[in-house]
Amino acid sequence: MPKKLTIDGKNITARDDATIIQAAHEAGITIPHYCYHPKLSIAGNCRMCLVELEGRPKLEISCNTPVGDEMVVFTNSDRVIEGRRGVLEFLLINHPLDCPICDQAGECGLQDYYMQYGLNKSRFQEEKVHKGKVVDFGPDIVFDGERCILCSRCVRFTQEISQTYELGIFNRGDTVEIATFPGKKLDNPYAGNTVDICPVGALTSKDFRFKIRVWFLKEVKSICPGCARGCNLNVHYNQDRVYRLKPRQNEAVNELWICDAGRFGYKSLNDRRVLYPMVRQGADLARTDWQTALEQASRALQQHAGAGVGMIAAPQGTNEDLYLLSKLADRVSTADQVLLYPGEPGDEDDFLIRADKNPNTRGAEAIGLPAPSSPEATAALAQAIEQGSIKVLYAIDTDLAAAFGAEAAEHLAAKLDCLIVQTSNERPGWQQAHVVLPSAVYTERDGTFTNFEGRVQRLNPAFAPRGEALPAWRIYQRLGQALGQGDDYASAEAVLMELATAVPAFDGMSYAKVGDLGRLLLSDSTAHKR
Amino acid sequence: MQTLNFWQKLYIPEILRGMWTTTRHFWTNLLGNRHTVTQQYPEQPTYVDERYRGRHRLMRKEDGAPRCTACMLCATSCPALCIHIEAAEHEDPTVEKYPGSFTIDELRCVFCGLCVEACPCDAIRMDTGIFALAAYDRGNFLYPRNLLLGDDEPVNIAEGKTPAE
Repeated sequence: MPKKLTIDGKNITARDDATIIQAAHEAGITIPHYCYHPKLSIAGNCRMCLVELEGRPKLEISCNTPVGDEMVVFTNSDRVIEGRRGVLEFLLINHPLDCPICDQAGECGLQDYYMQYGLNKSRFQEEKVHKGKVVDFGPDIVFDGERCILCSRCVRFTQEISQTYELGIFNRGDTVEIATFPGKKLDNPYAGNTVDICPVGALTSKDFRFKIRVWFLKEVKSICPGCARGCNLNVHYNQDRVYRLKPRQNEAVNELWICDAGRFGYKSLNDRRVLYPMVRQGADLARTDWQTALEQASRALQQHAGAGVGMIAAPQGTNEDLYLLSKLADRVSTADQVLLYPGEPGDEDDFLIRADKNPNTRGAEAIGLPAPSSPEATAALAQAIEQGSIKVLYAIDTDLAAAFGAEAAEHLAAKLDCLIVQTSNERPGWQQAHVVLPSAVYTERDGTFTNFEGRVQRLNPAFAPRGEALPAWRIYQRLGQALGQGDDYASAEAVLMELATAVPAFDGMSYAKVGDLGRLLLSDSTAHKR
Repeated sequence: MQTLNFWQKLYIPEILRGMWTTTRHFWTNLLGNRHTVTQQYPEQPTYVDERYRGRHRLMRKEDGAPRCTACMLCATSCPALCIHIEAAEHEDPTVEKYPGSFTIDELRCVFCGLCVEACPCDAIRMDTGIFALAAYDRGNFLYPRNLLLGDDEPVNIAEGKTPAE
């Protein structure tokens, strides 16, 4: 039975079991809070979410007060603001006032609410209580006891979400402190989320700490390419450098969390990139322009088109890439010589992490590329190269050393007339290539990934590709044109539009429909739910 | 507009009167410098006002370490984006961080002084009075931390030094 109540003069119908803060947030009214978190249990210890209820003598915390019929709530009355000022003053008693050197500055709950409600001079004359600074909590997490306001979000996270129970609250009074249990480290695959949910600068990431001040960062919505889950991300970048990844809320995929492997996956966007087209000159790879590289690649593909061309691609590309790849493959190769090499499966859990470390295996399947190859199929491809029936190998985003073995990859490259390597990063075996085509990484381009559930999700470009790298779909398009195929697409969306008409599963798909939260493939049995 | 009288309309006498003023100044300036405003720069150092905003310098704490805490407020306030700081973790946990590198691109700098105003630690000042920066290479205008701290003498014509090759 939904409850009808009034918040700040607005009539609201709330779920029966909702609390006031939930009802207010759903109605678009924000109530300041620290310890309340929509995904964690209610602690009610920060006292910041005080609201005034008509007919009650005292202010109540909105996070733990259930809604009632005919309830009249004020979230911004003078009494409430006075109450918040008092709460803030208490929270700031022992909090060091060194915002300029605190890494949270700029995204700190204390700073924000102080500017809104506090603005009082400190009346505290005594010596502040000193606690541990730069306490090592785990491989990536540093804790500052003095900055902690003991909201216990991180403790509840390790109890309720990661269920690893590393953190606890110790001592009492003004010496109370959050710490790891003796002999334990905050070391679990989701530990980085504790930094995200910490409302102050108590928990910071060793990886991000001091690298850049947060107000220099810009944000773009993206999708994690680390595994088949496709967690929604916000990419934080400055100029053409990505500094960190933060989870973006999508209840159907990752709720509000990401794993640490995904969180640190951004490093390949900055380092060890292949930025320029290259062609082999004797023993070395020499930088060249796109036209020369594409001409050389297309000549080789044309010369041996059909049985002489093998292709090995990891399902790392977007739907747009894979669609144009499948068109190119139809033209220059034969079906049994096109391999979708998935790489070694990684670890998996029952929360977010998937064993398939490719972001778009499902998309490749829907588009009609062959199923992920077995080791036997890879061996057969190696055999065909060895016997000389395959003269040209087009390797896309593939770790050749892992696919064939490090020595074998070198040996096979020597057997080939032309090894075309298309990659964004320096992967093992790339230097054996005859032609290198640099592709853009996911923060430099438009596109969509299809996650393992069949949810098509959108990548947004943060900045232009570094060097002369191009999005993979554009490389296929230009290769196709060099082969006389002549298809011309104005943008990645134009490719998706064609894909939507060509493949029934993608029917009606467009970037507008995919939006920020994704859209399920039509053939999926769960599609009717939407 | 002023109308000319007969004497002025004659033209030649006025020309001669002007020439006389010029000649008088020429000789007084040549024989005595009582009225000259010319400064013998760079042979003689020029007067620089106390509040003049010259080249930056970084201040030190009593123990000799840089005062700067790498908070980047100067870099944030800088309208020319000429301050580049890389913070590094300090081994003393109460210090937290320090500027591992601190570079000012003096060619980009517009000498507005906002960095000095922004600094909460009085770590950066522009009171050196140095205004004529010169170098043979653009790269030499990137003043690194040690130069700004005064560890090494900068190349400077205003101070009468010849630039080192």
